[in-house]
Amino acid sequence: MSDTSPANDDRAAAIARWLAAAEADADERGLPELKPLLQGLAASTTALRAADWNDDADQVPTASSREADRS
Amino acid sequence: MSDWQGETIADLAGALTRRETTSVALTEWCLERIATLNPRLNAFITVTADRALAAAHAADRARAAGADTSALHGIPVSLKDLIDEAGVVTTAGSRVRHDVVAATDATVTRRLREAGAVFVGKTNLHEFAFGTTNEDSGFGAARNPVDDTRVTGGSSGGSASAVASGMSIASIGSDTGGSIRIPAAACGVVGLKPGWGEIPADGAVPLSRQLDHLGPIARTVTDAWLVHETLAGRAPRPDARLAARPLAGTRIGLLRGYFAERLDTEVEAVFDAAVETLRRDGAIVEPVEIPHARDIGPVYLHLVLSDAAAYHAATLARRPGDYTPNVRIRLEMGRYVLAEDYVRALRGRAVIAREIDHALAGRDVLLCPTMPVPAPPLGATMVDVGHGQTEPVRNAMLRLTQPFNVGRQPALTIPCGRTRTSGLPVGLQLAGASGHTSGLLEVGLSVERALARR
Repeated sequence: MSDTSPANDDRAAAIARWLAAAEADADERGLPELKPLLQGLAASTTALRAADWNDDADQVPTASSREADRS
Repeated sequence: MSDWQGETIADLAGALTRRETTSVALTEWCLERIATLNPRLNAFITVTADRALAAAHAADRARAAGADTSALHGIPVSLKDLIDEAGVVTTAGSRVRHDVVAATDATVTRRLREAGAVFVGKTNLHEFAFGTTNEDSGFGAARNPVDDTRVTGGSSGGSASAVASGMSIASIGSDTGGSIRIPAAACGVVGLKPGWGEIPADGAVPLSRQLDHLGPIARTVTDAWLVHETLAGRAPRPDARLAARPLAGTRIGLLRGYFAERLDTEVEAVFDAAVETLRRDGAIVEPVEIPHARDIGPVYLHLVLSDAAAYHAATLARRPGDYTPNVRIRLEMGRYVLAEDYVRALRGRAVIAREIDHALAGRDVLLCPTMPVPAPPLGATMVDVGHGQTEPVRNAMLRLTQPFNVGRQPALTIPCGRTRTSGLPVGLQLAGASGHTSGLLEVGLSVERALARR
């Protein structure tokens, strides 16, 4: 099931902005072959930011976040 | 000249002790194998024949003089060409470093040298260890000795090829996401990634210092143990032997979910048959999952891209054209990872490490295939991962090994059979608890023996 929460929308928008800027930079540097890799990286970053160990400053820490703190 | 193909360090140390052969004879045999096979397999970037023969003569003289020897005394070994050997170029598989001569030995090189090992050369690798096939090397692709239309796996592909084909008796590789275990499995030999920090990594060109491990590629589990002990600074005597831990009652966590999905059907069949053998021998095999397993790839990618980008930034800016195109473009990608995502990946690494530790609690080892696929054909970009699905080669080859780099636990690959249609080697992977590499090897020895008895 896809996550349609506002937080997810914010994440997706932030990554879309990052990807657009990165692709423009790759074009400017004459590295268009980098763009498919950046798209793959964006998908990976989306998954990383959705992981439940990530903190949210106005929320109680998740169990996974506390687990990371114990290491 | 005797044929030493298939002989182990344990066998050869005995033969040397009994004066049935000499280090010079063993070294000449390996150098002859290199001269014959390397033009086809491209396993070595540099062959140090004169230095090797001088070291072999010295080893024989020391033995004749009654020196107290270790198991590796006079044994021909090779070093992945990102590990420094004083006076020899360390290319890291890149034209960027074609003339960089090491001023001093890496600690692992020094320990091997002090144990009497003879270095026959520096082996090929995926450029800067940044790949899983050994195709993108500044010195040409390495080829698999089992089928030279296939990749060796990587990044320590030359090391695995050298051991599998008898060009050296053992080799030292590095492993950031699977670079010892992947080529060892692809070439049909044993590979050990020790626990993180067990073996000093100074004097080795880094890929990601927080994920890099140095360790042995060898023909047998006992040989891997003998080399590992030497690398750890505990050079064993020639008659030292690893004690097998009986399989009866050994508790094995069979990794499911992420670790059991998307397997080549022939790899799956070979692996399942091996698991059945272990069960029949009395192992207690029970399924186990890692809750955040699907996050391992993103965590790994953000760590390794960032670390590699930091190491290469200055050189990449000065001479980008001296890198191979695929490695260059991956290094460029690392420059776009944000610091906040690197921090998220660091926290994820901690979570995943604890989950693997938790899965090991009350169990002796965890078990899964080493790779979901056999060695892919040279030039392949996608591989069949079973049930009509395909996956990029790099993702598939890394998928089952990188968890234990992220988690930092020791992990071992052992050959467990061949695919039915193409006869390619399949590896079985065992992972053990941090700080218990010897225990992992003890179980590995029993597994190796059980599989050999079938």
